[in-house]
Amino acid sequence: MTDSAPPASYATVAEKRASRVRWMLLAPALVVLLFAASGPLLITLVYSMLTPADYGGVVWKPTGDAWFNVFMQRDIFDDTLSWSSAHLSIFWRSVKLSLMTTVGCIVFGFPTAYFIATRPKQQRDLWMLLIIIPFWTNILIRTFAVVELIRNEGTINTLLMWTGLIDEPIQILFTEFSILVGMIYVYLPLMVLPLYASMERLDFSLVEAGYDLYATRMKVLRRIILPLVKPGVIAGSILVFVPSLGAYVTPRVMGGGNQLMIGNLIELQFGQGRNWPLGAALSITLLAIVMVALMAYVRTAGKEGPGHG
Amino acid sequence: MTAAAISARNLRKVYPGSPDVVALADASIDIQDNEFFTLLGPSGCGKTTLLRMIAGFEHPTSGTLTMHGEDLTNLPPYKRPVNTVFQSYALFPHLTVAQNIGFGLEMLGKPKDEIKETVGEMMELVKMSQMADRQTGQISGGQQQRVALARALAPRPKVLLLDEPLSALDFKLRKDMQLELKRLQTETGITFIFVTHDQEEALTMSDRIAVMSAGTIRQIGGPRDIYDRPAERFVADFIGDTNFVPAQIAANTGNDAQVTLSSGKTVTAKMPEGTALTGKVTLAVRPEHASIGAEAAGLLPGRLSEIVYFGTDTHFHVALDDGTGFVVRSQNRPNETLAFSTGDRISVDFAPGVGQVLRD
Repeated sequence: MTDSAPPASYATVAEKRASRVRWMLLAPALVVLLFAASGPLLITLVYSMLTPADYGGVVWKPTGDAWFNVFMQRDIFDDTLSWSSAHLSIFWRSVKLSLMTTVGCIVFGFPTAYFIATRPKQQRDLWMLLIIIPFWTNILIRTFAVVELIRNEGTINTLLMWTGLIDEPIQILFTEFSILVGMIYVYLPLMVLPLYASMERLDFSLVEAGYDLYATRMKVLRRIILPLVKPGVIAGSILVFVPSLGAYVTPRVMGGGNQLMIGNLIELQFGQGRNWPLGAALSITLLAIVMVALMAYVRTAGKEGPGHG
Repeated sequence: MTAAAISARNLRKVYPGSPDVVALADASIDIQDNEFFTLLGPSGCGKTTLLRMIAGFEHPTSGTLTMHGEDLTNLPPYKRPVNTVFQSYALFPHLTVAQNIGFGLEMLGKPKDEIKETVGEMMELVKMSQMADRQTGQISGGQQQRVALARALAPRPKVLLLDEPLSALDFKLRKDMQLELKRLQTETGITFIFVTHDQEEALTMSDRIAVMSAGTIRQIGGPRDIYDRPAERFVADFIGDTNFVPAQIAANTGNDAQVTLSSGKTVTAKMPEGTALTGKVTLAVRPEHASIGAEAAGLLPGRLSEIVYFGTDTHFHVALDDGTGFVVRSQNRPNETLAFSTGDRISVDFAPGVGQVLRD
């Protein structure tokens, strides 16, 4: 009559143990997420709704001023309201430069990854090492190395003047273009790595099959290689776009302080601006832009054709 | 006379990575229209290299390759009216069965309804009509094989190349596909060039076979020629089982020769084409072409060392008096009692004209 009872209780014990193990395995991640991600984010959100103190920090007096100032501005003379054109242009520049950086990284990263993936196996690790080596150097130093190349008295301008191609140096540094160059340089490995990972798994007999079935090089690229390495392109784009949008060091150094991106604007509020609530509100805005952009991207990129790999 | 479907002249391939190995050594071959032609040989014999050259994936180091008299040497693969069935099938995993089959036609810029019609016909031909919208990952190996075949046939190539397409299938399926391939070739009238290392596959399907080893074409001929009249030791050894009998040429009459065996007896043997051999030679005798009998009756005396029963036939292993071994295969009949048992003194016999003199 009670024959089935013991196995059932064994099952419960095993289930309990399994659930305990699951929680133990989950615990470190939960701790990190709670204290290192959610906590600070919550503080930022709260700060964005408080009043700035005179010398930095906040006064515990709730107000919507910071959020208002993110998007709008009041004329200092006649109090008329208008969109905050300074902030909006910075947002626009950030999104534009980040998109261009992502596209630039695909354009330069794709052939690089393809080249490495088509080398003999024993050579590939060496090429990958060459891609990874820049990571061993501080980002500031790498950025200054690029500055050294493109500044008015730098290598490129000196060389061009010496050959007589130009009479006076070309202003490259402290432009949007120089920020773009710097960001592509810094983030390129983040594109090459996932692209290479998906290309290495690509069965190159599929490429041959494409050629065999009358597809030209361009068609093989578009119809066979691209659809098959799409997961790598998506992963690489996210890895490049997200940090680009919040980039701070590269636009600071390459933009010379007059080509601000969101990261620099935020830093200004916590530093010279002494307006922590505005900085906090801008941070949350950046987060929102990233999330909206990612959702839109994944939705469109994942749509065409069934996914593979 | 029309030019051959595929004509290779002194095709040579040395891969830059390994300059000491000649992958293909001055191969010359003519493959006719509507022929089921097989390149047969062990792995590394150059058969796949030759196939890939015809497809356009490899560039010859020297030599010429023409199709119906037109030079192929500098034509990229996507401009050659040649399609390949790959060993791994190489089906596009992101496309459905129907999209795979229609890919070549689409690339050729055929109108949509023509593509649809041809794809339908092709799926009918390989009996895959029910699977049109499946992903290629969702179908079995045998079905993938059929799709690969249909995909390569759909653009109606002048020549179809098949790179060991049956090697991944299990035994039963392979047998079915052999017949299927032969049927497709006859129905479509397309020239098939088939690469395999399986001699049985080659013998059952081909109109003609080129036996290759170490980058060289050893012999070209019909399955019966290759089996019954192997020109050299490699071919005799690679295809089927063969006894190698040392012999001495007594008189050479052109197509035939009188050869003296180690026992001192003389028998008529066939000579390889276009050779004038003298002195010591090797004779090839197929096990099923020889018989055993009383010691004094046959050509080569010896002792019966082993009898192995195989169901359809029995193998008699004979230790000849000259120190070599000989295997005789005889078909089993119902209610048969063996005349000899292990250890008996016997002799091996074969009819005049059965033995084939080999080039070395």
